[in-house]
Amino acid sequence: MHEITLTQILFVSTALFFIGMYGLFTRRNLITMLMSIELMLNSVNINFVAFNKYLFPEKLDGLFFTLFIITIAAAEAAVAIAIIINLYRSHNSIDVDDAAEMKY
Amino acid sequence: MSNYLYLLWIPLLPLVSFVVLGLFGRKYLSRISGIVGTASLLASTVLSFIAANQYFFIDGKVNGVYQKIIAFKYTWLEFSPNMSIDLGFLIDPISVMMLVVVSSVSLMVHVFSLGYMKGEERFATYYAFLSLFTFSMLGLVLSANIFQVYMFWELVGVSSFLLISYYFNRPSAVAAAKKAFIVTRFADLGFLIGILILGYYGGTLDIGLLIERLTTIQSTQFISITSASFLGASMLTWGLTSVFIGGAGKSAMFPLHIWLPDAMEGPTPVSALIHAATMVVAGVYLVARLFPIFSMDETALTIVTYIGAFSAVFAAIIACTQTDIKRVLAYSTMSQIGYMMFALGISKNGGENGLGYMASMFHLFTHAFFKSLLFLGAGSVIHMVHSNDMKDMGGLRKGMPITHIAFLIACLAIAGIPPFAGFFSKEEILMAAFHANKIIYGIALFTAALTAFYMFRLYFSIFWNKEASIHSNHQAHANKIEHEDHSDSEGPWTMKLPLLILAACAVGVGFVPFSNFVTSNGAPLETHTNLLFSIAPVALTIIAISIAASLYKKQNTKSDKIVTAVGGLYTAAYKKFYIDEVYLFVTKKIIFPFVGQPIAWADKHLIDGFMLLLAKITSYISASIKGLQSGKVQNYALYFFGGVLALSILFIYIWK
Repeated sequence: MHEITLTQILFVSTALFFIGMYGLFTRRNLITMLMSIELMLNSVNINFVAFNKYLFPEKLDGLFFTLFIITIAAAEAAVAIAIIINLYRSHNSIDVDDAAEMKY
Repeated sequence: MSNYLYLLWIPLLPLVSFVVLGLFGRKYLSRISGIVGTASLLASTVLSFIAANQYFFIDGKVNGVYQKIIAFKYTWLEFSPNMSIDLGFLIDPISVMMLVVVSSVSLMVHVFSLGYMKGEERFATYYAFLSLFTFSMLGLVLSANIFQVYMFWELVGVSSFLLISYYFNRPSAVAAAKKAFIVTRFADLGFLIGILILGYYGGTLDIGLLIERLTTIQSTQFISITSASFLGASMLTWGLTSVFIGGAGKSAMFPLHIWLPDAMEGPTPVSALIHAATMVVAGVYLVARLFPIFSMDETALTIVTYIGAFSAVFAAIIACTQTDIKRVLAYSTMSQIGYMMFALGISKNGGENGLGYMASMFHLFTHAFFKSLLFLGAGSVIHMVHSNDMKDMGGLRKGMPITHIAFLIACLAIAGIPPFAGFFSKEEILMAAFHANKIIYGIALFTAALTAFYMFRLYFSIFWNKEASIHSNHQAHANKIEHEDHSDSEGPWTMKLPLLILAACAVGVGFVPFSNFVTSNGAPLETHTNLLFSIAPVALTIIAISIAASLYKKQNTKSDKIVTAVGGLYTAAYKKFYIDEVYLFVTKKIIFPFVGQPIAWADKHLIDGFMLLLAKITSYISASIKGLQSGKVQNYALYFFGGVLALSILFIYIWK
């Protein structure tokens, strides 16, 4: 059982980030897009924790940032879902392509 | 130094009344707007008289000389430690005198308008404009800073414009208002240039300081302004002449007089207030205000003298031929202002030689009363006859006795018959002219005779002449009006009362010992009334009056014969010496095609073209890239990440 290195963790977080990004670009359903964004946020969280643990083990800044991001993500989810509900009420769909009125 | 802070209320009360009437007058106060305006002005007038009493009789004098007092000062725009535009009130003999004149004449006009303008649809607006005018004029006379003078000067111009175009559905009134505004605005450009020149060399805009610096021969400012020269004249001459151009525009001096006769399109009380008694003397006031500086420069004073004298005689000749009574009065105003101007021009600063200055201010003072009386009297006549033309009038003396008496008094006053007001002031002017310049004296004497002639031509044509036939017509007409208005033919008491008060003034103000109060240096001036000297002008005046009487008292053809005898001269004078035509020619045939049209072309094609090109390029580019804004959220996210990627590459690999 060997030690997990920083690089390995960064691989995971980068993979997570781009999975999220891929989901954001390809999915048309707003709920899944929201989930993708959450994935991206979590990859950032992993980065923070990893850097904190491996580079500055005596400090706690990275952990605090992570906690902040989790809190904000929760709030953001609430707002986003409220928006989605409103969109559903007015357009009868939560497909982003159906809400493309704001163009040239 | 005592407290003059209450002076603030004098202009502020009309301002408040303007704001209140302007905002709420038409909707909520249409009935009482006249009362509101008049009441606020009454308070101002009372305060003005209190101020005059305090200044002239209680504490204005120090060692027998009237002091300049700064009643109030507020630093408004500070450009640098030595250069700022202050708002302040300067009290000295002429500003206090003007305060009394402006507020009391304005009050009379307010009262008169209660009757004259009754039933007008825009009654409240009319009073709002009158209040605005009174505010500006009072502010103008109190200004302690030459830039402040300029601001109020423009405000006065605007309110004059608004009041001339009061009957805005009459094309001639609109044209007259535009003409007045453009001509005076054009002259104001001169005033502004003058202010800039004097302010630049004097290093200050404060009137007191400016006068002090530019009248001390040893001061650096005086040396710099007199040594700098442009086109063969010193900058002092240029500055003062430019200021005088501004004054000439407002005071309708030749050749900037063309707006004044047309300005008579406004309601008659307005003509009495603005275009006879107060605003048009602003130019004289301005020259008097800066008189110590003017007296340092011989050339500028000579210009003032000759422009004034020429305007005086020029206007008097035209006045003899006009048939519109308001136009006759307008030209007589111009002529009298010319009198004041040349009296200033021949004067020197201080002492015995300052007689011209004192005489000019005295004439301004008396003229304000009898000229507003003449206009208000003409207003009564017009109110009754419903025409401005002398030919429609005649034999009115029985129908309107009060107006008749008041008008007669005013005519005697302006003609200079003792003991009416005009006699005293005109005598002083003639005396000053006699001592200073014999040519000017001759012109003044001739003008005085002409004045008497055309005023009595007016008087006899209105109140005598065409006794029987027309009179009955008027009576019938008057009866009809009576029937409509439920008032007697001379109008309500609000129209008679100002006539009576002003008539009393026209008799009485000549006895004011004016030379004790207003002189060029503040010290009382000893005047010598010389009975022998008065014989010539009074005799000439009486001869002129008797000529007028013989021609116009009874309906006859003598005047027509004279007209045919002098032929061309009469036509020329009747057409106002074609000055309007000259202006039209210059503007329409020279300025429009040779200056205006090329500029219009350049504006349309070069300047507008450049801007249109810019707009076209912008719209072309935006049309080509507008597809980026697809409305699809995911595309936007893609651009965003693409941008982040590009920046990352830029900063990691290229920028280093």
